[in-house]
Amino acid sequence: MTQKNFACRISRSEPGPGDGGRTGSWRVLRPVIDLEKCIPAKRNKPACFTCWLYCPDGCITRTIPPTIDYEYCKGCEICAEECPVGAITMVEETVFIKEEK
Amino acid sequence: MHVIESGNVAAANGVKLARAHVVAAYPITPQTPLTEKLSEFVDAGEMDAEYIPVESEHSALSVCIAASSAGSRPFTATSANGLLYMSEQLHWAAGARLPIVMCVVNRGIGAPWTVWNDQQDAFSQRDAGWVQLFACDHQQIIDTVIQAYAIAETVSIPVMVCYDGYILSHTYMPFEIPDSDTVDGFLPAFSPEYALNPAKPCNLNTVTLPDIRPDVRGDTAPGYMEIRHNLHTDMREALNVIKTVDEKFYSIFGRGGHCFIEPYNCEDAEYIAVCIGSLSYQLRDVVDALRQDRIKIGVCGLRVYRPFPDEAIRETFKSAKGIIVLEKALSYGYEGALYADIKAALYDCDNRPFIHNYILGLGGREIKTQQLLDALRQSCTIDIPVPQWIGLKM
Repeated sequence: MTQKNFACRISRSEPGPGDGGRTGSWRVLRPVIDLEKCIPAKRNKPACFTCWLYCPDGCITRTIPPTIDYEYCKGCEICAEECPVGAITMVEETVFIKEEK
Repeated sequence: MHVIESGNVAAANGVKLARAHVVAAYPITPQTPLTEKLSEFVDAGEMDAEYIPVESEHSALSVCIAASSAGSRPFTATSANGLLYMSEQLHWAAGARLPIVMCVVNRGIGAPWTVWNDQQDAFSQRDAGWVQLFACDHQQIIDTVIQAYAIAETVSIPVMVCYDGYILSHTYMPFEIPDSDTVDGFLPAFSPEYALNPAKPCNLNTVTLPDIRPDVRGDTAPGYMEIRHNLHTDMREALNVIKTVDEKFYSIFGRGGHCFIEPYNCEDAEYIAVCIGSLSYQLRDVVDALRQDRIKIGVCGLRVYRPFPDEAIRETFKSAKGIIVLEKALSYGYEGALYADIKAALYDCDNRPFIHNYILGLGGREIKTQQLLDALRQSCTIDIPVPQWIGLKM
């Protein structure tokens, strides 16, 4: 056989970060957490974490304060939609490109 | 053990001897008696397999895909519109590189409805990425089913074993059912290179992006194009595997030896009639009759359609004056697909033979020996436009 193992013949993935590639580059809108409004950050207690629960890609940490992994966050906006206190706003990526420049 | 049974029963016995673990099939004429026989085997405890009744052919092949992914040896069978209903899953099974074996009992495709034999069903799935083997009699059916598992599991490519509906599936003929211990020696238990395992979870056949990507360990995972390229190169490699499996089978069972092309009276032949399936045996009578008229003609039955045995075709046909391709299928708006493939294979030959094409037997239209005799005689004498039709009444 030309291929050494089955892995070369099909597309397969194992659980773990980044198997779909660095999907953060797909993002058009970036979720930004306002720590003044965020419940666990404001109260310094492990509460709420609705964003962590809803994030379909597991990009948000269950920490105080919660953090977002922009390497993989696709910017789907679910966290911003679900946050009960409206602490997450979606900011256009172009803003950050300008800042980086 | 020698028996006199139908082609479908020959196939069922092959599946039983191959120790298929999972059988999932939906009944369709003329395949039905094959799966009925398998359900009888399972019910009687003669076959240690799970018989999964399904609501469609699409589900039948889906069940086989799942069973094969979990590391078992599955079997399904279908005909005509049933094969087409599977079409999406056919491509999936090949892309997922699962060594599934399926019998395709060749039948014409509707509309209009027909239940009788031609080969348009298998030919229409030529490019699905399956190995396509054809049997010409009952002995070849049972032998090819057993060999199909050996081929499929070596190259990780699914295999279709095709045979003519009614002409082979429902007629009775003597054949030998090999001894099960001998078959076990030829075909060891299936040990997949990779199978689903709850202890080590993973996703199979995940979405690919246009480019390659690093996997979780940072190794390069193949992209869609690499996976397709590998399927193609392994499909070409399958030609060698088919040959090796045939040689091994011959050394154990004493049958075979012509895995790509089965020649008859071809040693000194100036003209060679070519076809796929049971027709090649009918043509032997025609060739014998023409030989009495001093026409040096032979017949070749192709046993493999994909991967296409182009080298064997060049080797066998290069010194002939003329090749006559007879087909029970047609690429509408052009010509017979087999004819086109053979023409392409011979393009590089220094002295290309002329090639004629006849379309015949569609929807079970009777193929009379006299018609074949007239057609071959005509092809050996005059140049004719292609394709010609045999038995057309208009």
